[in-house]
Amino acid sequence: MTAAQKLDTFHFPHRHLLTVEDLTAGEIVGLLDMAEDAATVSRQISKKREHLSGRTLVNLFFEASTRTQSSFELAGKRLGADVMNMQVSTSSVNKGETLIDTAVTLNAMRPDILVVRHNQAGAVELLAQKVDCSVVNAGDGQHQHPTQALLDALTIRRNKGRIEGLVVAICGDILHSRVARSNIGLLTRLGAEVRIVAPSTLLPPNADRLGCKVFNHMSDGLAGADIVMMLRLQQERMSGSFLPSTREFYHFFGLDHEKLKWAKPDALIMHPGPMNRGVEISSAVADDPRSVIREQVEMGVAVRMAVLAAVARHLPNR
Amino acid sequence: MNARKTTTIGNSGGRAALINARLLDPASGRDEAGGILIEDGLIADLGPHLRRSAPRDAAVINCEDRLVIPGLVDMQVYTGEPGLEHRETLASASRAAAAGGVTTMIVMPATDPVIDDMALVDFVNRRANDTAIVRVHTMAALTKGLNGTEMSEIGLLKLAGAVAFSNGRQSIASAKVMRRVLAYAKDFDALVVHHTEDDDLAGAGVVNEGEVSARLGLPGIPKAAEIIMIERDIRLAELSGGRYHAAQISCRESLDAIRAAKRRKLPVTCGVSINHLTLNENDIGSYRTFHKMRPPLRSEDDRRSLVEGVADGSIDVIVSSHDPQGTDGKRRPFAEAADGAVGLETLLPAALRLVHSGDVKLVDLFAALTIRPAALLGLPVGKLEKGAPADLAVVDLGAPWMLDRDTLHSKAKNSPFDEAKFQGRVMRTLVAGETVFPFAN
Repeated sequence: MTAAQKLDTFHFPHRHLLTVEDLTAGEIVGLLDMAEDAATVSRQISKKREHLSGRTLVNLFFEASTRTQSSFELAGKRLGADVMNMQVSTSSVNKGETLIDTAVTLNAMRPDILVVRHNQAGAVELLAQKVDCSVVNAGDGQHQHPTQALLDALTIRRNKGRIEGLVVAICGDILHSRVARSNIGLLTRLGAEVRIVAPSTLLPPNADRLGCKVFNHMSDGLAGADIVMMLRLQQERMSGSFLPSTREFYHFFGLDHEKLKWAKPDALIMHPGPMNRGVEISSAVADDPRSVIREQVEMGVAVRMAVLAAVARHLPNR
Repeated sequence: MNARKTTTIGNSGGRAALINARLLDPASGRDEAGGILIEDGLIADLGPHLRRSAPRDAAVINCEDRLVIPGLVDMQVYTGEPGLEHRETLASASRAAAAGGVTTMIVMPATDPVIDDMALVDFVNRRANDTAIVRVHTMAALTKGLNGTEMSEIGLLKLAGAVAFSNGRQSIASAKVMRRVLAYAKDFDALVVHHTEDDDLAGAGVVNEGEVSARLGLPGIPKAAEIIMIERDIRLAELSGGRYHAAQISCRESLDAIRAAKRRKLPVTCGVSINHLTLNENDIGSYRTFHKMRPPLRSEDDRRSLVEGVADGSIDVIVSSHDPQGTDGKRRPFAEAADGAVGLETLLPAALRLVHSGDVKLVDLFAALTIRPAALLGLPVGKLEKGAPADLAVVDLGAPWMLDRDTLHSKAKNSPFDEAKFQGRVMRTLVAGETVFPFAN
């Protein structure tokens, strides 16, 4: 079966992709298989496919993004869609009202797929209720970022050959991270042991109830890990409110080769980007042969192609 | 750890013996006639079998049946070093400590600059190592510059040697900041020591709010200012799981709150200053500024309840709250005068008042002055046990004397016990087996 064929065969039973919690293990594997083929397509000279030919894809970003937006844009274009990027200001006071108004307005333009990022948890789901097209969540507040979790899973599977039974340590600012929440849900569903490692001030309350193990020290959390996934630390968390300083965070949580020794010798190093070198990860580790950070970016396009192709099956005007 | 050099005692090749002693060790409950053999700064052996006999090569100190206790651990000492050396240096404070049987003092971060950086912890520890004659450990700032808003580098400061964290004389007003600090400190098993006074409610107050403040015409500080803060902090300690220590409580209701927290097995402890155990608001008399302190001296009923708290162990620690202030700060109208009292030298004799009055047993008193603070801070001192540092105080329980504040070894003389009569005093103090009091020079 050729790559292009496999992109067609998997039946994805959802119109939207809003959260990984909606996905069964089988559906996740199906998407990953599709994405694997999309990755092959993306490495060919002719990357163009026809799955979204004639379709309109709108990237609706209420929050600034470079890599996610361009990744969706490329994915849409490779599948033949017309892609429009919209940056919407979030400065309006009445966000809820504005959001629904925006949704209704956009809906009238008859797009086929909306890719939405919003700085409020649950906003993408709210918008999905008001439109007729498919909606893909490109990140809602501190809640979900499902395509990031899918691309992380794909990167892991390609390098380790499996996900079940692997020990994945997600480290850093868990509290504010939609990447962490999405990965905890998705990777545990695929049978991985997920650990979160962070100072108590950067952990959500009752973090242990999320289905992962909680650690406050890198030495414990990284012990025997197959995957070390570092999260980006936002600048505004660093100076006294959640953490005392960048240097203290780097000393106790920044991934350097010293701390990496606690993980398995062949542990993969991952980061959703953009990285703060010298804050959550040392430059040497970021550029280590075990680092798959660049492959994550490549798999991002592949996963988004798979997701767009999968949800496109359910468009009402098919 | 501010390790002292191993000292040679006399010409004995590092061995010394205390004989004819009454050994009192609150950590083990030991209270018996005996002796102690010291080798290389540590307690090599102790017990009744050493009461009258010492190895030939050991220098003998005859205690003449006096009390021998572990040296006191005072976890709240303000000095003026760095920044206000005219008030007190680490050296002068350590001499006052030695004269008072205090062998370990914890110095507060409220200096100039504030001790909120690894390099400053290191400075204090090195400076103490060079100039102090007792052990000195640093309590580092809980927030940067004690500003109450940005947490300090608790992990790195602990690595640098800080034994606990405090916001000095100021409370952290923001519950959110306090919660995060406690949560963050928990990860490093760091002890958060908090001055508990709602600054807003305390306002311009300078004495306990009540009859005395009304008669003196001075603005009062209601007890509620302390109780509110302690009850808030207990909730936050429960929420965060961090180890919390109320630096010094001053009234009955605060103690009730602490007792309730302990019954619920929360990681909550508290201290009390010797001033609040032995003095009350009436001692202020006609505006005696040496009795002005934060928290203020409270009523006799509060004092009695605090003494009960020491007797039953619900108050963990007694501190001197040594706070040197010069005459420039104290010779002022009461409301303008500086807060604070020196106390290192009078801590032990003043505390013995509680024993002589029959309110507190000797062993319970010294538990709050030795093993409990040592255990809270994770220090290996405060106990008479083989292998423990030979930090000891020889105490004459009966000796009557009167304090002349000009004889105090502290640079500042602002003692509320000037001309007070005491029964019991420190005859000799040893740190790492070396006699540091009486002074050699």
